[in-house]
Order: sequence, then structure tokens, then C-alpha cells
Amino acid sequence: MEVSMSVNGETRTSDVEPRTLLVHHIRDALGLTGTNIGCDTSSCGACTIHVNGESVKSCTMLAVQADGTEITTIEGLAGDDGELHPMQAAFMECHGLQCGYCTPGMVMAATSLVAENPDGLDETAVRQGLEGNLCRCTGYHNIVKAVLSVGGTA
Amino acid sequence: MIPAAFDYMVADAAEAAIAALAEYGDEAKLLAGGHSLIPLMRFRLAAPAMLVDIGRLDDLSYIDDAGDHIAIGALTKHRTLEMSDLLAAEAPLLRHVAGEVGDPSVRHRGTLGGSLAHGDPASDLPAALLASGGSLVITGPNGERVVEAPDFFTGFLETALADDEMVTEIRVPKAGGVGWSYQKFNRRAQDWAIVGAAVMLGPDPKVALVNMGSVPMRHRGVESGLAGGAGAAAASVAGDDVDPPEDLNADAEYRRHLARVLVGRGIAEASA
Repeated sequence: MEVSMSVNGETRTSDVEPRTLLVHHIRDALGLTGTNIGCDTSSCGACTIHVNGESVKSCTMLAVQADGTEITTIEGLAGDDGELHPMQAAFMECHGLQCGYCTPGMVMAATSLVAENPDGLDETAVRQGLEGNLCRCTGYHNIVKAVLSVGGTA
Repeated sequence: MIPAAFDYMVADAAEAAIAALAEYGDEAKLLAGGHSLIPLMRFRLAAPAMLVDIGRLDDLSYIDDAGDHIAIGALTKHRTLEMSDLLAAEAPLLRHVAGEVGDPSVRHRGTLGGSLAHGDPASDLPAALLASGGSLVITGPNGERVVEAPDFFTGFLETALADDEMVTEIRVPKAGGVGWSYQKFNRRAQDWAIVGAAVMLGPDPKVALVNMGSVPMRHRGVESGLAGGAGAAAASVAGDDVDPPEDLNADAEYRRHLARVLVGRGIAEASA
């Protein structure tokens, strides 16, 4: 069936099988391979994107459920001129990545978390807020540092 | 892991969803947030021929003050419950437990009605509803009926819902100022509870257990102890008259032990 969604600000219309998972649609049909597939069971968060501004695990959503929504993937965060989003810059600055596999999902979960907490987050809130995103390099310390540098309480 | 092929329709109203259920019978499943159903379909543990998407029924997403109780639309997301000031004041146990489900990204999609209708004894929210003395409004082709939470959970992943019925509203008695606690024991942050315990004090105290049997359950023995003034000592029977599952996380005897410990902690916290 035909689905249409705004992906990183651009309307994308495609014909999909109802059983197509959103993450496969994004990667295979739309060609946006920055969103990774990790555990495939909504545990690891590697596939985290934004649906209507909120973090969602795209391995546990059907593409047809996203019809009419606004999707943002990691490719949509940086400015048109290539300037990194503040969260991306913070991950770079704080060395918040090692192998990088979890990074797109981590950044998308973190931006959603910060947006939901305009009054700022403390370290515990960041760690709990990212509990659905696993880093198997175990580089959590610098990831938390990066998120706090953007959305921490002063 | 890709689901088996299915037909898909979007319901534009609850009536349309119920009509589709009546037409397709047990071949159809309702799809709300999908965070229980889609994993089952991916593992091919469920293979409905027709998926009826009710996720766009925004009129079933609400949290209302209905006098003596709070009325919650079945499609209200966990995250919305977690952020609700009304629930924080009048149904703090349910609000807290909603924030214990999965992780924030899961809570952005999962719905209260969907979690309850899934009927998983390892889930957090059924226990919260049981301990809160809540009920469910079930709508079918012939109208509505109200089912008390203990009558709703009938077996492992089975509920009182007929093939052509859906949960449309959840009702939770107001409990502002009543002592409550939710104790969840797991090894990893976002996991299901190995054992959990929901406690609500007051004149008619209720205690519900997570993952201590094939259905979400209240523990009447602990409750009668509490009603008789036993306090935290009532927890000593929390491992009796239950048939806990065994898996790689815990054998039955360890789960009985956890139930006693967690119920004891829950009563102590609720009484503090």
C-alpha cells in the first residue's frame, strides 16, 4: 500500500508491503543507512529515530504505521551547510563514541530526551533516560558527559 | 525476523475496528502501539491474517477526572501517563508504574490498553491496575460492559475480551494520599521484572504480583493479613498459594523468596 511521510523535511511516498518494518523502509527503500539495526528486538536502541519529534525504536514499528508522520533520522540532524547538531558536536567533543555503531541511535534518543526536559537533566536522569540504548563498547561515561554538556542542569 | 504477511487496515473509529473484528474473528488483531504485538509477529509467535490499526484513534487518548475515579482512554501512551499531573495527584501508583515500562522510546509508542489487553503476567501495568482496584470498559458490537481487573486476566496472555471486543477505557479509583509502592526486581535496566509487587494501602488494601504465575494476580493472603493489621509481616505468605514460572533468571523457590522480600519492602514503603 502507498505510504507517505516527511523524512528529514522531504515528503517521501512509496509503495510498501504492510509487514515492512520502518527501519527496513528507511534503510532499504529510502537509502538512509545511518539508522542501524542491532538487536532487532527493541532492546538495544541502535535503530532509534524520531517520529513526530519523539524517540522511537524503528525496528518495532511498521512503515504503514508511519504514514502521515514526520520522521527525523540521524541524517536529518545536521544543518544544510553540514554544521553538526549540538548533540553531534558534543559527542565528538566528549569522545562519546568508540566503534560508533550505537551512536546514531544514542544521539537520536539523547536529542529527544533533552527536548522533553527543557529544565535540564542531572546525571541520573540522563543515565535512566538512555536505558534503552546499549553501547557494547561500554563507553557510557563519555556519552553521558556529552548529553550533559548539551542538556544538563547548569 | 520479518512478520508473516498480513492484510492491514486503518480504523477511523472504534466502531470500525469492532466491525472489522466481528468480520475477521480470531484471524484479526488490533494494532495500537505495537510494542507487544510486533515482537510476537516478528518471532512468528503470532501471525494474524488481518491487522486493524487503531493507533490513530486520538479520541481514545485522554486522562479525565470522572468524579470518584480517573478515566483513561485505552490508547493513552505510557509516556503520557508518566507525565500526567492529574495521575500524579489522584493515581500515583499507575503514574509511577507507567514510567517503569521498558525505556523512554518504548513508552513513546506503547499504550495502556494495549499492554493490558496483551495480558502478560510479566508486565508492570496489569499489576498496577489490580492493586489500584481498577476496571476496564470493553466495547463490542452490542455496546459496552465494565469488567473488574481481576476478572479481566483469565490465562497466560488471555483476557476476558471476546474476538469482537476491544478495551476502550480504563478506570482507576482516586487514591490521592493513600500509601502505595511498586517494587520491581530485574538484572538490567529495561528488562521485564523477574518478580514485581504493587502495593496499595487504605481501608481495602490490595497487593498484586508480577511474574509469579500464568496471569497477573492479586495475592489475597497478603491482602487479608494487611487488612487484619499485620503490616509488613503480611509479606511472609507472599510466596504461598502461587505457582511461579521457572526460567534462566530464577527458579520457583527464588521467585517465592523475591515475592516475600519485595512485598515486604512494598508494604514498608507504602506505610512510610
